[in-house]
Amino acid sequence: MMQHLIILPIVLPLVVGIILLRSRHGATHHKRVIGVGATTALLAVAIALVIKASSGEVSYYALGDWQPPFGIVMVLDRLSALMILLTAILALGCVVFACAGDDEQGSNFHGLFQLQLMGINGAFLTGDLFNLFVFFEVLLLASYALLMHGGGKARIQAGLHYVVLNLAGSALFLIAVGVLYGATGTLNMTDMAVRLTALDPERIGLVSAGALLLLVVFGLKAAILPLYFWLPRAYAAAPAPVAALFAIMTKVGIYAILRVYHLVFGDHAGALAALEQPWVWWMSLATLVVAAIGVLAARDLRLLVAYLVLVSVGTLLAGIGMRSPQATSALLFYLVHTTLVTGGLFLLADLIGLQRGKANTRLVKGRPLQNGGLLAALFFIGAIAVAGLPPLSGALGKALLLKSASPDQQIWLWPILLGVGLCSLVALSRAGSTLFWRSHEGDPNRVSLARRQLFGVSWLLGASPLLMILAGPVSSYTQATAEQLSSPAPHIQALLPETAAGGDS
Amino acid sequence: MESLYAITTGILTACGLFLTLRGRTFPVVVGLTLLSYAVNLFLFSMGGLTTDGAVIIDGPNEYADPLPQALVLTAIVIGFAMTAFAVILAMRARGDLGNDHVDGGKLEESREDRR
Repeated sequence: MMQHLIILPIVLPLVVGIILLRSRHGATHHKRVIGVGATTALLAVAIALVIKASSGEVSYYALGDWQPPFGIVMVLDRLSALMILLTAILALGCVVFACAGDDEQGSNFHGLFQLQLMGINGAFLTGDLFNLFVFFEVLLLASYALLMHGGGKARIQAGLHYVVLNLAGSALFLIAVGVLYGATGTLNMTDMAVRLTALDPERIGLVSAGALLLLVVFGLKAAILPLYFWLPRAYAAAPAPVAALFAIMTKVGIYAILRVYHLVFGDHAGALAALEQPWVWWMSLATLVVAAIGVLAARDLRLLVAYLVLVSVGTLLAGIGMRSPQATSALLFYLVHTTLVTGGLFLLADLIGLQRGKANTRLVKGRPLQNGGLLAALFFIGAIAVAGLPPLSGALGKALLLKSASPDQQIWLWPILLGVGLCSLVALSRAGSTLFWRSHEGDPNRVSLARRQLFGVSWLLGASPLLMILAGPVSSYTQATAEQLSSPAPHIQALLPETAAGGDS
Repeated sequence: MESLYAITTGILTACGLFLTLRGRTFPVVVGLTLLSYAVNLFLFSMGGLTTDGAVIIDGPNEYADPLPQALVLTAIVIGFAMTAFAVILAMRARGDLGNDHVDGGKLEESREDRR
């Protein structure tokens, strides 16, 4: 059983998803029980994986026992275990929130949700480039359907852009994979890392073209500056639990950038080492600036949170652009924090919108809220966390990032990152005072909060204080992750022991 | 053969890109289809073009690389499903938004939407 643990995060949601898709309508109660149960089981599996990976050993699962570099492998190291645990925590909050009624607005919510989890987990685990493409497609297909769950004009319109852009992105991904395969003769990322050290100099141009094409694709998923325009509308239009789950989708892009450009195009790759660094660094700063403008200009709470996702993407990419183990460790800490908190804010925005009735989440005068005090308190916690103020985890993540910048990077990073934090703070306090204090006279809307919804919101937002308390163990884990990531040697040792021993395989 | 192959792929890509950048959903879907054809052809050629080569390794020199063929098969299946989905989505958008523009209508209408 233990040897099959690595494949479980993919197989479990797949099987459960198929079971849940069997009947389109009805039996909502059973579907909810199965959906929440499976997500809880996934959380348990993810914890087991983190414990397994924290020993520092890179382990792999060869499907059909075809050994690498020829077979399909799922590779588990500290980074992928961390990302799977993060997905499971986020998903549990979202699925419990959805059980309060969002899942009944359309058909097949729970089945699609599980398939989406399968795609995300697969993308985190896979050890070769083509399967990364396949799992991207799985998670995208599920996300197209989830984005349009419940229908409506805004969702269809945003969905159309999202689908067309991602189809074009998939075409680019295939071209990049084809170029890299043609030039190196392998798709396994570890094997590719080995072969790049002995690359025919004639092919360097070809490989760098393929590598930068991949950066475009991952940038589209992560929403870097020229490729982010789909994000704010799509996230603002999506149903709340889906938007919250989508908080991890941009991080799939970030993960892919981290993985590919550390494992394949790391420092060992000679002329090709760190070829993404200048692009990522400058684009991330530009993304931060544009996101700050978006945050200030947003006239709707959902749109505001969507732009805050963009701020977090910019911050994380700046961490990748610094390209040092300290920065990687800091960005992983920030990644955990920002995914959970922005997810929680999407859920909270939905609750606020429900209670305000017609005004919904638009930042205008509206009815007073029935549970104004409670919602305001939650909003306050979320706003402090996401803007990066002490005493919550956002401040710590940002401080770690700022500290890891080298002097000539500090000149750019410090003013921009701190300025963006100030902009978020201004926009959030303006939004909060409009939502909770500037209201018409009159009776509040008689919409009470469901316990499941409150659980979802506090599960995700509660992660921020918890992360502050557990900052020691978490940051030592991310530090070890960054060290493991800094060289492909552990992967080569685990997957291709003959090559590592010096013999020719 | 190589240059003919390259020119075909290039023309397909150019047409696909041009159509994808149109404003109506139908040309966009056709453009994406052409683009995926071009990508499939491109992927197919990545193992090198050989004529009359065995699919399995038959001596060190004469073989056709089987991996790109497997990749193309996967890419075709995924691309096919995606095209079907995009067509349905475009029809749904046409029904719900009242026209087939990718931005969902004339400027005045979308402004009203935002308000």
